[in-house]
Amino acid sequence: MRKIVTSVIAGIGLALACGTSVRAQDKELTIFWAEWDPANYLQELVNDYTAETGVKVTVQTTPWPDFQTKAFTEFNAHGDAYDLVVGDSQWLGAGSTQGHYVDLTDFFNQHKLADVMAPATIKYYAEYPGGSGKYWAIPLEGDAIGWSYRKDWFEDPKEKEAFKAKYGYDLDIPKTYAQLRDIAEFFYRPDQKRYGVAIYTDNSYDAMAMGVESAIFSYGGDLGDYATYKVDGITNSKDAAAGLDMYKQLYKFTPPGWGKTFFVEDNQAITGGLAAMSMNFFAFFPPLVNKATNPYADVTGFFANPAGPDGKRFAALGGQGISVISYSKNKDEAMKFLEWFIKDETQKKWAELGGYTCSQAVLKSEAFQSATPYNKAFYDTMFMVKDFWATPEYAEVLDQLNQNIYPFVVGGKGTAQEALDKTAADWKATFTKYNRYK
Amino acid sequence: MASVALTNLDPASRAAARGWSDLTIRNMFIIPTLAFLIVFNIFPLIYSLGYSFTNFAANRSEPWQFVGLQNYRELLSDDHIWSNFVITAKYVIVSVAGQMIVGFGLALLLNRSFPMKGLITTLLLLPMMMSAAVVGLFWQLLYSPSWGPINYVFGLGDFAWLSNPDSALYAVAITDIWMWSPFVMLLSLAGLSAVPQHLYEAAAIDRASWWYTFTRITLPLVSPILLIALIFRTMEAFKTFDIAYTMTTQPTAELIAIRLYKQAFQQWDTGKSCALAYIVLIMVLAITNLYVKYLNKVKER
Repeated sequence: MRKIVTSVIAGIGLALACGTSVRAQDKELTIFWAEWDPANYLQELVNDYTAETGVKVTVQTTPWPDFQTKAFTEFNAHGDAYDLVVGDSQWLGAGSTQGHYVDLTDFFNQHKLADVMAPATIKYYAEYPGGSGKYWAIPLEGDAIGWSYRKDWFEDPKEKEAFKAKYGYDLDIPKTYAQLRDIAEFFYRPDQKRYGVAIYTDNSYDAMAMGVESAIFSYGGDLGDYATYKVDGITNSKDAAAGLDMYKQLYKFTPPGWGKTFFVEDNQAITGGLAAMSMNFFAFFPPLVNKATNPYADVTGFFANPAGPDGKRFAALGGQGISVISYSKNKDEAMKFLEWFIKDETQKKWAELGGYTCSQAVLKSEAFQSATPYNKAFYDTMFMVKDFWATPEYAEVLDQLNQNIYPFVVGGKGTAQEALDKTAADWKATFTKYNRYK
Repeated sequence: MASVALTNLDPASRAAARGWSDLTIRNMFIIPTLAFLIVFNIFPLIYSLGYSFTNFAANRSEPWQFVGLQNYRELLSDDHIWSNFVITAKYVIVSVAGQMIVGFGLALLLNRSFPMKGLITTLLLLPMMMSAAVVGLFWQLLYSPSWGPINYVFGLGDFAWLSNPDSALYAVAITDIWMWSPFVMLLSLAGLSAVPQHLYEAAAIDRASWWYTFTRITLPLVSPILLIALIFRTMEAFKTFDIAYTMTTQPTAELIAIRLYKQAFQQWDTGKSCALAYIVLIMVLAITNLYVKYLNKVKER
């Protein structure tokens, strides 16, 4: 009997000892993000944090098409599987008003982040409602729509001569959408399997909307008044319709079957030698400068979104901020991690690894702007970005836009004005339903 | 000695000898099944019915409110939803008709002896064993105007099947026909093999034509099983999601299941999506009931 009691006590002791030792190393943080290169860079970065503090940080990823669904399913279940999320900018409204994100206003003010980060990234990745001074995320990955192009096609003397003869001006990086359209038309040669341009057309999430709004903004249009939710006369203004019409014109010069394309296909348009120019978010450009993934890496150039007819120049904002999830059991640890993340040296390392820092100081540095062939274009773009609605019902609003513009751009049905009139009507009904008009 | 005595008894008596009555054995199988059915089918069904009368949104923390029939009213007066139903109806008709014709045609061809019949039958069954999402992606490549073999074989040049609003739905339906015709073929083969041979022999003696034999003997005797295939395939086609979702984003190919998914998991309009699911359920039940009534009539003949 004594033996049995001794064994049981020893066993309990051993179990407790093991349990204690496990708990000592048990500090862990899980960051949820989409599956792409920046998430890999972030994992590399946070390994430094683990080395410094002993806190294991895992960047858990899921493919882009599942990202929103998986994140919100976890939020809605009030699950604690993730401690932090690098959520899309348009999630801010839903994340903050529905209680999924921790209020970071005090943290933001204490560290004077409004002076540290680029203004656009604070406005679109962190603050909700706009102008309220309430912050829900720390800008993490800056991103926006930019363009890659085939330098060798553009610089070919014969092509330059032929272009000048046809259009009356020099073939060069397009400064306006009209020039971009001309160049796309010029290089559109289906018989040679060469096409003018590759643009986003997938309407299952925000791809096509981001491409279209880049054109709409540059043509002087807007999606609405984000403060008052007014859409009539703004969403469907003549300028907005002209921007959408330009996007439709560009679609004519895309490779065949370009009706469900996003970042993968738009990069393939360059790596496969298909198109002269290709739209993509800057964060998807690293494979284009890598000879292993792009045989034309040496002759691939980059430029920022061109201007509209009145010289206005904007680009759709991508990128994300990092938020602490309300249901996390490690909120204090997550806040400590954010304190480490916003340090100047961390931001510098983040940029060196390939992440798009939002720190103004790093962005402005010569080292950053010359680090890759596209960083300068990225820097230019980050000071002319605009975003989609971040209202909590953004998913419904996004779907309505997709439903209306896709048949026009890809299906050739109706006119740009009709598509935007319908969008304005749908949005007005939706905002009325959610009592946005006081 | 006791075990020897037990083996001489019939199964029921053996169970009784062990102390298990028929009732016990029946309950052992039925109770877990019923419990499973209630927990995973009936309970969610009733729960979601309740939600369909509320403004519940799974992504909001605020409490939900009872809104009566508002969700149903809004859905039934929404042009987009009706457009989704029209698209779905078109898809069901094209896809199911295609599967019935191709599947039954293949069964007629296979209902005779020829070399390697077993191997060919097995190969023909392969499509329906694949994952629908994989089939969707596979056919997306086949339809590609740049490198897909379909345009090359039929000399269609740059015709963009999936980007064209007029052809996207039919492209998806063709894929579904490819995938599910083998199912119809399998059921039809079972039906064809059950037709008594002496009827064909009698018809041959009377010098009946092939068409006469087909319409007067084969079709009437196989039609009950064809109707069963039709019921299954109609129900499945009505619910098609994965193939269409992976292949195209054309609004002209947005089936009701895709709309339901967007409503539920992209817009988090849970109450309304539950109501839409019930509208779809009622429609499928109504169509199925029509088929079943007709099936019973056919059986009575």
